[in-house]
Amino acid sequence: MSADTTAATGATDDVTLYDVDNPAPLIEAPRKRTKKTPKATRGNFEMYGWLFMRLSGIVLVVLVLGHLLIQLVLDGGVSKIGFAFVAGRWASPWWQAWDLVMLWLAMLHGANGLRTIINDYAERDNTRFWLKMLLYTATVFTVLLGTLVIFTFDPNIR
Amino acid sequence: MATPVMDKVEAAAAASPYITATFRIRRFNPEISDESTWEDFQVEIDPKERVLDALHKIKWELDGSLTFRRSCAHGICGSDAMRINGKNRLACKTLIKDINPEKPITVEAIKGLTVLKDLVVDMEPFFQAYRDVMPFLVTEGNEPTRERLQSPEDRERFDDTTKCILCAACTSSCPVFWNDGQYFGPAAIVNAHRFIFDSRDEAGEQRLEILNDRDGVWRCRTTFNCTDACPRGIEVTKAIQEVKRALITRRF
Repeated sequence: MSADTTAATGATDDVTLYDVDNPAPLIEAPRKRTKKTPKATRGNFEMYGWLFMRLSGIVLVVLVLGHLLIQLVLDGGVSKIGFAFVAGRWASPWWQAWDLVMLWLAMLHGANGLRTIINDYAERDNTRFWLKMLLYTATVFTVLLGTLVIFTFDPNIR
Repeated sequence: MATPVMDKVEAAAAASPYITATFRIRRFNPEISDESTWEDFQVEIDPKERVLDALHKIKWELDGSLTFRRSCAHGICGSDAMRINGKNRLACKTLIKDINPEKPITVEAIKGLTVLKDLVVDMEPFFQAYRDVMPFLVTEGNEPTRERLQSPEDRERFDDTTKCILCAACTSSCPVFWNDGQYFGPAAIVNAHRFIFDSRDEAGEQRLEILNDRDGVWRCRTTFNCTDACPRGIEVTKAIQEVKRALITRRF
């Protein structure tokens, strides 16, 4: 008995917190089936998301490079851009459609990419949820505002 | 002409093949501390030997408390996958001369799985993902009275993925798996691939459906870490892409 008591006091005096009977806590294993584990889903959302990234990427290469070329390089370069230039372009349905498609594709492509990054990098479920909410709000706001401007643009505005 | 050659041979024979290599091992013992620490061991060893031999030497001669897994020690059982000089390898297939023994050789447990002690990790989440893809032959109807025959071409289709030894080197090198461990991981997908493309198996649809989930193949970022890490030389990323292609083409 006395030997036990001395051993116990020795352990408490020691700087180390952990011993054979009281090991350090282990990190909870990933993929462990807990109550919080989400159920398996049956949708194709991730597949369509993945496909959309590839297809919209190809279209965006043409749209964005064409846009940059027209805005910054051809016909006098960046110095020509003004209210009149934008008004002139948006008078044609072709450029309206170009800009509309570019806006939607670029915003959805970027939003889906950021969603992926948040999923990969956010460590806590709460952080992940709120970052995604912020992302979706910003995306919806930008897409709707841009669409509104393209369709209701008035070249005679004062 | 002959004399200098003789001298050279004698000199080489006289010189000891042994060198002193430093092994920097990441130790963790939950009965001492909740922090892991690096510990250096100096080992006199022939550089043509393997890292596993050095670990044996340390365990048997220097520090018996060093803990690691190994079974066959010849690259088949897949027990001794560890992170050597920052890369996932099998200790029994890594020669010391190939990893620059002049600098300290770092040895640590594979990442993304809970470390139990020193180089031993809890493999349960890894095998859970493996079980989830149903890694066994599923067929319908009556059992044939003879073998299920298969043409060499059909066998060739999934030959690469039959080589997997479940060492977890690929899964624990995957940055997506490191994040939250919910991703199935390359090893589970490789073993699903082995049955999805097997002409005798009839549950390919079910396995594709499982891998179509949120944490399935679509989380693969094609970083090729798994292909680099695989000690069996399986083209892991290619297998994952083939599963993706199968998922898309069955619907389009």
